[in-house]
Amino acid sequence: MATTFKAVNGKPTVAIHKFSSCDGCQLAFLNLGEPLLQLAELVELVHFPEAGPVAEEAQVDIAFVEGSISTQAEYARIRRVRENSRYLITIGACATSGGLQALRNHRDSADWLAGVYARPEYLDSLATATPIAEHVRVDLELWGCPINGQQVIAAVRSLLFGVTPVVNHDALCLDCKRNGNVCVMVTKGEPCMGPVTGTGCGALCPQMGRACYACYGPAENPNTASFSQRLQGLGLMPQQISDRFMFINNNAPGFTQAAKDVVGGGDD
Amino acid sequence: MSVSKPRYFARRDFQRLIDVLLDCGYQCLGPQEKDGAIQYLPLDQVASLPQGYRDVQSPARYQLQTTDSPRYFSWANGPQALKPLVFAPRESLWHSKRDADGRLQFVETIPEPTPLAVIGVRSCDLAGLTIQDRVFLHGDKHDPYYAARRENLLLVAVNCSHPAETCFCTATGNGPVAEAGTGFDLLLTELNDGYLLQAGSTRGEQVAAQLPLTDANDQMHYEAGQQRLAAEQTMSRQLPALNIKKSLLQHQEHPQWEAIAERCLSCGNCTMVCPTCFCHAEQEQPQLDGEASVHERVWDSCFTVGHSYIHGMVFRQETKHRYRQWLTHKFSTWHGQFDSSGCVGCGRCISWCPAGIDVTEELAVICKEQPDA
Repeated sequence: MATTFKAVNGKPTVAIHKFSSCDGCQLAFLNLGEPLLQLAELVELVHFPEAGPVAEEAQVDIAFVEGSISTQAEYARIRRVRENSRYLITIGACATSGGLQALRNHRDSADWLAGVYARPEYLDSLATATPIAEHVRVDLELWGCPINGQQVIAAVRSLLFGVTPVVNHDALCLDCKRNGNVCVMVTKGEPCMGPVTGTGCGALCPQMGRACYACYGPAENPNTASFSQRLQGLGLMPQQISDRFMFINNNAPGFTQAAKDVVGGGDD
Repeated sequence: MSVSKPRYFARRDFQRLIDVLLDCGYQCLGPQEKDGAIQYLPLDQVASLPQGYRDVQSPARYQLQTTDSPRYFSWANGPQALKPLVFAPRESLWHSKRDADGRLQFVETIPEPTPLAVIGVRSCDLAGLTIQDRVFLHGDKHDPYYAARRENLLLVAVNCSHPAETCFCTATGNGPVAEAGTGFDLLLTELNDGYLLQAGSTRGEQVAAQLPLTDANDQMHYEAGQQRLAAEQTMSRQLPALNIKKSLLQHQEHPQWEAIAERCLSCGNCTMVCPTCFCHAEQEQPQLDGEASVHERVWDSCFTVGHSYIHGMVFRQETKHRYRQWLTHKFSTWHGQFDSSGCVGCGRCISWCPAGIDVTEELAVICKEQPDA
């Protein structure tokens, strides 16, 4: 970063904002261990509620945003975060695609609220949970539920070098094969989402012998129609296949459509 | 050197082969069952070999079964064999760091591997290795990273007695048995009670000299011959009889490319398991403090967007163009580059394709002789 927007102690400034989310992506920062200390030497972490410092309205060079826009207050706050930030980077499924809570976008959420809460009128909930990019310009999106710390480090390092960060969306299978994992779909008939899911996690689930559940969202160029047919071939019912897509990244356009297509919903 | 006359090596003595290799300073890798597949893993005990295992393979399917057979090698290939041992899936090519004056210093990171003996190598893998040697070692591009690992490799091949339903090495002309000059140091033909053992190199002879070998009799030779015949007859997949190399180039606009793209997931699995695919990407892994960096090479695939990205443009956006690139390169333009086809008939791209796309079927459609043409 050649010039900083708002240096503090001579260092570029970073904020980590929380919106509707579980805090898991902030924890990915905390779980960095030693690199977090190095990061704190390179940048000034001015706002990081999970770790301590709180300065929500501070102007910063890099704002990481966790969580989706799910309330009126968040709707207003994300616009202020954008104004106050030179680079805005979304972290995780919630901020990038709406997250698990975006399941309500596909149903009548008012009904659900009334069914759960005695006095739903006290709630400040929007009818939808939406990704940050639907509200403000986003400079970089890091997928994952949660993200992994390496993505964050790579992004910050690139920005400090003055280089545009590169995010790879190749199919997960490539990393899985590089790791030497045995394909759980081919050997065990597991409904692994790897072929239509973007990489970034290091093929964590298949490494443990489990099927990928697409927490990094759609791969570049995913063929969801053929993939759904393949899952049918493994014995999954259309609703089960639809549920595989309607999970953590249900609101990612490619997945929403794939889920509709497989149960015969078509383009609505 | 020519291949030595077959001699008999009893199965009960197999541990001796492992011990000799270990004593000669090799790390031993051998086939073992792990996570539902035959994989090449560190081996020091004969009991770790997949005795009695059989594989059932078909498009998008690979499963292991156990039998009472005393054989160690009655299976066809699993997902990988030699490729990751010589062409590493991920490796550092060089490190860079700033010196005291702030100038960048570059340090090559040529690997210094321990000698590696691989037991159980099949003829398709030998053929694949020969092709990779051409890619990485011959001509004007000598790759020192590949070379360092390649020089350290001792190969104990085993003739294939149980090809899978997906295998077609008879069609590519490099199996099921390994011929002289295909690069093995030792060659085993597994029989019911033991092995016919041949040496194909001086190193192989030195190992063989330390094994309890006896003369092979006519019955053993007959059994080996019958086994070869049966293995050859098992393989039903064919390649088009006409000139695939020419035909593919003539059919670049064939409607079948579109039909394949409807099924193809563009996931790259076929290229990852292919023993000859050599495409790679290079990337920088800087240290967080920005003072040092590792320059990495990783397996890439013609099915990724990065593969055809050139200066602001992606040339193969669509799956049909990516698949066409793969198949055309493998079976046609490879000839111009490396004087051979890029396919060795191992069938991995068929078994490990999650969509079950079968190259032999697609080639048959695309290269079909047109009656009016």
